[in-house]
Amino acid sequence: MSAVIAPVIALAQGGGQAAAEAAHFEPFLPGLVVLLPLLGFVLNGILALRHGRDSAAAVRRGEELDLGDRASRPATHTLPTWIGPGVLGAAFVITLVNFARMFGADLEAPVIVHYWTWIATGTFTVEAALQLDQLSMIMMMVVTGVGFLIHVFSVGYMRDDAGYPRYFAYLNLFVFFMLVLVMGSSYALMFVGWEGVGLCSYLLIGYWFSDREKSDAGKKAFIVNRIGDVGFLIAMFLLFRAFGTVDFVPVFAEAETLVYAGGLVTAITLFFFLGAVGKSAQIPLHIWLPDAMAGPTPVSALIHAATMVTAGVYLVARSSVLFALAPLSSAVVAGIGVLTALFAATIALKQNDIKKVLAYSTVSQLGYMFVGVGVGAYAAGVFHLMTHAFFKALLFLGSGAVIHAMHDAYHSTHSHEDAQDMRNMGGLKTYMPITWATMWIATLAISGIWPFAGFFSKDEIIWQTAAFGGAENAPYAALYSVYWIVALAAAMLTAFYMTRMMVMTFHGENRTGAEESKHLHEAPAVMWVPLAVLAVLSVFGGWINVPEAIQTSWVGLFGALPTGEWLHHWLEPLTAQAHHIQEANLGELAHSAPFGGGEVLWATISTAAAAVVVFLSIRFVGGQKTVPVAQDETAPSGFGAVLLNKYYVDEFYDRFVVQPIVRASRFCWKTIDSLVIDGAVNAVGLVAKAFGWGVSMFQTGSVNTYAFILTVGVLVILGVAVL
Amino acid sequence: MITEALMLSAILFVIGTFGVLVRRNAIIMFLCIELQLNAVNLSFVAFSRMFGIEGQIFVFFVMTVAAAEAAVGLAIIISIFRHYETVNVDSFNLLKW
Repeated sequence: MSAVIAPVIALAQGGGQAAAEAAHFEPFLPGLVVLLPLLGFVLNGILALRHGRDSAAAVRRGEELDLGDRASRPATHTLPTWIGPGVLGAAFVITLVNFARMFGADLEAPVIVHYWTWIATGTFTVEAALQLDQLSMIMMMVVTGVGFLIHVFSVGYMRDDAGYPRYFAYLNLFVFFMLVLVMGSSYALMFVGWEGVGLCSYLLIGYWFSDREKSDAGKKAFIVNRIGDVGFLIAMFLLFRAFGTVDFVPVFAEAETLVYAGGLVTAITLFFFLGAVGKSAQIPLHIWLPDAMAGPTPVSALIHAATMVTAGVYLVARSSVLFALAPLSSAVVAGIGVLTALFAATIALKQNDIKKVLAYSTVSQLGYMFVGVGVGAYAAGVFHLMTHAFFKALLFLGSGAVIHAMHDAYHSTHSHEDAQDMRNMGGLKTYMPITWATMWIATLAISGIWPFAGFFSKDEIIWQTAAFGGAENAPYAALYSVYWIVALAAAMLTAFYMTRMMVMTFHGENRTGAEESKHLHEAPAVMWVPLAVLAVLSVFGGWINVPEAIQTSWVGLFGALPTGEWLHHWLEPLTAQAHHIQEANLGELAHSAPFGGGEVLWATISTAAAAVVVFLSIRFVGGQKTVPVAQDETAPSGFGAVLLNKYYVDEFYDRFVVQPIVRASRFCWKTIDSLVIDGAVNAVGLVAKAFGWGVSMFQTGSVNTYAFILTVGVLVILGVAVL
Repeated sequence: MITEALMLSAILFVIGTFGVLVRRNAIIMFLCIELQLNAVNLSFVAFSRMFGIEGQIFVFFVMTVAAAEAAVGLAIIISIFRHYETVNVDSFNLLKW
């Protein structure tokens, strides 16, 4: 998106000159970008509270809540339509202005916009400050731009939901925290955003909280993320111990005082990566993301595909200097990434829920991003993050449109069939042509078919892995060669399961039901326009980073595609230090893959292979007989069952993590708390009681006894005094 | 002179204490307590010859308090007698919990 729009704006501002002068970058109201979504949250939140109160009052009066009649909806239900997307649109416009200014300026060092000192204790301070540089700018563009489109889509998708204002309040709050995450000038501020987006994720997954399964999914996401957050915190403490600060600029300036591949920097980066694993749903903490599909579909698009889950990739890219200093950590990052990419892709092969396919696809693509940042190709990782935000948001929104139509169809006949199960779909192409066309674009993009966005970004990552594996001095070079082959294999699987999803959903005969299919409909304009915009971005988004080395080959249309490695150069001020460290310690990377062959050859092979896989799977899946869920009696057996059940990872965790913790907790409760601690307290009470009972024996009530004791007492005291 | 006075005081006090401990009749015990008080009064008066008038003043206080105590104590004994028709302290044990 950036590449398409920014030059236009730069031109509008007298672009050519501005760029030539290498103007000084002057931030334009960066605080407002963050504050606008917060304002939206406050306004929508107030509306949500009023809305809830009014609805409760109406229910108490015995009135029926009828949202079907759009004209009679209260203002609390209609205002969020304007506030929710409105604040995002405004934030996006301000971001665009900032982007245009940065585009015109030759920004060498990050610009810090300081507001106030948040924490000041001794030598340690945390400033409430925003950092504006090339990386945060890309993230801001993605968050506000894609976020705005998804907000608009949400209007169509969620309009008939009773909790509509609450939905937009949470969504705005999420964007606020996400912007704090990407714009904060220190790890501490980033952590604020990190926790905040986790909270919003929890709130939105459990948005339909009256459904026990959905609120449990929210809790699962929150708890699994906690495990990663511990890593983030420990890494931050270690950083503070090493440098006395957690601000980005001073930390990276002093980072090279750490020993290359030393224990400390390896520990810091591994702990940061633990945080990233939790947030970005990598093995072994990937289990929460598929369950997170319990939330509304636009939420899955925004939070669980385009933005929040990429925070881990952003974290690694932001800490590129540290990761470049720790080759072992980088190998772990790339290893976990490639393992996740393959693992999730295989699970996606067998899923029947359309959103589950996309969820595992997201996990898999996030794995690719980690491969990218793990091999030191930070720009490539961020590039895939960006293109993935386009096509995965499009896929999720498209699936939202499908589910919306399916839901309406089943609603009209009061059927309780599963509106998300692809076995109930089929042949939707005739009913929803726009959704069909845009989703095919995204599918080709994610499959890595030239010239769609995903081809350039994924190929860049795969190629960089190959180059790393072929390098002479690279540590674990053999390992990286394995990574490269696995990444190629996972790319083929991606092409297969995405095509399978498209064929099952849109092609073949319709399996929704004779009566129901009459109610299938294309999404309204408010929903399909965002799809169309994202489709355009999914086509052209990759062109901003055509590798320079192969731009003159057919991949770059023999030099016709624009801006060779624009994103790479754009991020250079931030990645230069990491590359410098890498080069100083490892030397040049290879220019051919481990088995020979240059970048052009392997790009050709991978896109041709992906195209063949897409073609074959259309034939293969199209030839298969799919039956609706209600009539489907075949249970998958063998490895298929293992895939359908996600390798039984959830069951494994339940057996070996959850149940032991439950048992340990029960032991602590029943034995330690009830028996030992309560027992000790009760025993003390009993002793006091028994002692009192014994002493009370002296209290006979007889005056004589008292007189006697009194006299003896006086005599004893006198005796002691005299002696 | 003072030695004799203090000896007498001590003898009276011991008689009083002995009476409180061994007798069972409430009136008699009461009288014995009065005896103890007055034994102390005697020592006060004796010491006042040596140390000044304060001892004698203190005796007035003791007598005043003793009179008040006698009034209350006798009232209690009468009340107990009305209830139990006896003043033998062994036959009632009211002074507990």
